[in-house]
Amino acid sequence: MSAATLTAADERVVRTNPLVVLLQRPEIGAAVAALAIFILFSSLTQAFLTPAGVSTWLYSASLYGIMAVAVSMLMIGGEFDLSTGAMTGTSGLMVGVMATHYEINVWLAVTIALAASLGIGAWNGWITMKTGLPSFIVTLSTFFILQGINLAVTKLITGTVAIQGMSDVPGFEQVKVIFGSVIRFGDFSLRASVLWWIALTAVATWVLLRTRAGNWVFAVGGQSHSARQVGVPVVRTKIFLFMGTAGAGWLVGMLSLFDVGTVQATTGIGQEFIYIICAVVGGCLLTGGYGSAIGAAIGALIYGMALQGIVFAQWDNNWLKAFLGAMLLLAVLVNLYVRRQAGVRS
Amino acid sequence: MSEDTAQATELDPGVPILAMTQIAKHYGSSIALQDVDAHIHAGEVLCVLGDNGAGKSTFIKIIAGAHQQTEGTLAVYGHNRRFASPRDALDAGIATVYQDLAVVPLMSVWRNFFLGSEITRGWGPFRRLDVAAMKRIAKDELKKMGIDLRDVDQPIGTLSGGERQSVAIARSVYFGAKLVILDEPTSALGVKQAGVVLRYIAQARDAGLGVIFITHNPHHAYPVGDRFLILNRGKSLGLHEKADISIAELTALMSGGAELASLAHELERAST
Repeated sequence: MSAATLTAADERVVRTNPLVVLLQRPEIGAAVAALAIFILFSSLTQAFLTPAGVSTWLYSASLYGIMAVAVSMLMIGGEFDLSTGAMTGTSGLMVGVMATHYEINVWLAVTIALAASLGIGAWNGWITMKTGLPSFIVTLSTFFILQGINLAVTKLITGTVAIQGMSDVPGFEQVKVIFGSVIRFGDFSLRASVLWWIALTAVATWVLLRTRAGNWVFAVGGQSHSARQVGVPVVRTKIFLFMGTAGAGWLVGMLSLFDVGTVQATTGIGQEFIYIICAVVGGCLLTGGYGSAIGAAIGALIYGMALQGIVFAQWDNNWLKAFLGAMLLLAVLVNLYVRRQAGVRS
Repeated sequence: MSEDTAQATELDPGVPILAMTQIAKHYGSSIALQDVDAHIHAGEVLCVLGDNGAGKSTFIKIIAGAHQQTEGTLAVYGHNRRFASPRDALDAGIATVYQDLAVVPLMSVWRNFFLGSEITRGWGPFRRLDVAAMKRIAKDELKKMGIDLRDVDQPIGTLSGGERQSVAIARSVYFGAKLVILDEPTSALGVKQAGVVLRYIAQARDAGLGVIFITHNPHHAYPVGDRFLILNRGKSLGLHEKADISIAELTALMSGGAELASLAHELERAST
């Protein structure tokens, strides 16, 4: 009897195509696409492969990448956050207003902005979990609230729609070491944001694949009812994920603010979908329970390369949007195939 | 905890894991269950049969700790118990595998096996999953159930319904269950898959577990059962040892004997 089950099991394992196993990695589609984009622009333009060129697209990708990694974790956990773009503006504006207008110590201002961002993330999570409303709606409302506040409050306090004089604030240079440093190797300049991006991707991947918390993220996104039955703290896990995207929004806000020394009240608006697209291109399922932080980072790399590559190639910038749309559709089709192969039979 | 209950079994194998006497459950003025007696020893399968609305769910819920009996006694290893919560029942070594199995289809077999009770090693921020140990244990535990997976990394959604059921059983056994309640494990499965599950039930029984198998299909119950409790409209139609009852009698009892006979008669005439 047990011999019969043995052979049955073996047959089933043998049937799995090695190519399918490789394709089941969530990152694989994005990795192939990234390579294609890299080869495309390297051969089309002179500037793309120069040290200065690489620095440019890496920097561009890093800011999207930090957000995409946090957004991918939230999406694996089965939720959306549309307030992430506005959040990058809000955190920068908070620090800007506090430091330039109220002359609060810049370190303190950065810390207060972090606490406020995490608070907003926790609010998104708490409302979503308490009401059972789709996070799409809850964070859409947060998005509009933040967008309104960013403009209205900034105008009310400073009289303009941008923060000026940030670089004259005492302590600015100190904080810049963390968020705005540039390490130069000849023509190649490595910006702090790239290091943050790589570190965050590594930590996120480790958490997702090698910790209990990561296991719970996959479980609450994959089948939250089952997760609850076996004792996973569903509400707590999801609230932490929302705080993660808001925290990433704070980080990107700081990275931009301390890099250029100014922030617009409209910063980040419209970027939230790009983060989601990067995560989806990187293999996240829209329905949750599947995806990868590395994939999301590669998704952001694709976007960064395309964004700067199109500039280097001197194409019309509008092609970027068309490209983005096509990438998204392709990624979703690949995901659909993967999901069928992974066989969600139930 | 699993060690404690294991010792208790070894102390006196003659004491049933679970014995229920004159159990009744009232919901307000309606009587869901009345005068039910049943018992089960280690290494036995108790089948609970009944049509829809016969009181099977109420019966499970009392044993699983989701509800408390209104009357009667429930003894675990000879000690009277009254479970305040499912956690209580679990601590006593009674695990329930519900129809939805509480698995996450896209997660791997070993991650599902340990979900919510992951094994970790390391300290502080470096506390991490002990992946190697969990994979090994999951593989070994499943092998005991007769499922030999070469790759416990495959998503549990790729397993057949019967195999998923068995993973759920193996999981509750590993986490200390001595008595497993299976709520209609075969009802959603095809003939072949139902056969797979029945084989695993037999394997769990041979491994020394008590299995309470809830079903409305006497053809599934009869081959594996040692004892049959038949419920009808909240009342027990008796607890029968396998030696004392045939499958035809079982079927007849379960569907309210006379009614079925007349139905068979009717259908026979219609078909000629």
